[in-house]
Amino acid sequence: MHIPDGYLSPQTYVPFYAFIIPYLGIAARKVSKSIRSRHVPLLALGAAFSFVIMMFNVPIPGGTTGHAVGGVIVAIILGPWAASIAVSIALIVQALLFGDGGITAIGANCFNMGVVISFVGYYVYKLISGDSEITSTRRWIAGAVSGYIALNAAAVIAGIEFGIQPMIASGADGHPLYAPYPLSIAVPAMAIEHLILFGFVEALVTALIIRYFQKTDQSLLTIYGGAK
Amino acid sequence: MSNRMSTTQKLWLGLVILALLSPVGIIIPDKVKAGSAWGEWGADEIQKMVGFAPQGMQKLADIWKAPMPDYALKGWEEKGLGMLSLAYVISAAVGIGIIAAISMLFGKIVNKKE
Repeated sequence: MHIPDGYLSPQTYVPFYAFIIPYLGIAARKVSKSIRSRHVPLLALGAAFSFVIMMFNVPIPGGTTGHAVGGVIVAIILGPWAASIAVSIALIVQALLFGDGGITAIGANCFNMGVVISFVGYYVYKLISGDSEITSTRRWIAGAVSGYIALNAAAVIAGIEFGIQPMIASGADGHPLYAPYPLSIAVPAMAIEHLILFGFVEALVTALIIRYFQKTDQSLLTIYGGAK
Repeated sequence: MSNRMSTTQKLWLGLVILALLSPVGIIIPDKVKAGSAWGEWGADEIQKMVGFAPQGMQKLADIWKAPMPDYALKGWEEKGLGMLSLAYVISAAVGIGIIAAISMLFGKIVNKKE
């Protein structure tokens, strides 16, 4: 889901940059109010976890690969604003240092995998877990469902970003200048592979970590939205 | 011993283990002949798939030269899966270190502002 350089037209990547820069400023201000200094190491752990979990490419045999983003569990622990910053830090380092995701596409990639995954994941989790006990089964099931839905939401949005490119920019010969596939191909391609496989990886990662915290350190599941 | 570790320490240890296991993320796709992620093809792959090389894409594709492209080390690309795996672990360690440092710094700065 890391959109490389050359796939998005300037008409697409410039607005995403224009969104993500002030967004990160607002998110930083929100985080300064919600996060305590003793939780800063958790933010660092969350960002580093997101980075390394994205290196675990899961293959569809003979087909494409995909991966979890890890943003949903960070959003559940530290809230969606902090999670979107953590994932964005990971994405920016991936782009600059490892060439994973384009420099021009940083805004779009931070929107898809940082903002969308964190907010969709957090609110689906909150909706399903409700006011259930911290140790309840409902909590880790909520984690699994929110992981699955959030990764798929991001995949569909990335698919839309790919798919609108042929409409935005074509050369004199009629060939698309950037990502060549139309919406009718890009959106189903991105959706199907995440629906059948990659969404379940984010679900598994999220549920396992919630289960682990339920058994070892329940205080971690009450940080965001709990006592400040 | 593990009972004496704080949760945070255990989670850092977990990250180290993930970094060491990370080559699984390139070895298994290689074994089952899976290609790149959808929409992350190189220019030559695109050419093969759609029969032309998008002109705007060609201009932008190489706008940035990453120091450790594709989590590999320069000149190691053709050294086989074993060396690529080693480079992958090194990349994971470097990435974790830099990202954790930036995040800690960010956390310190926003906490001070309050």
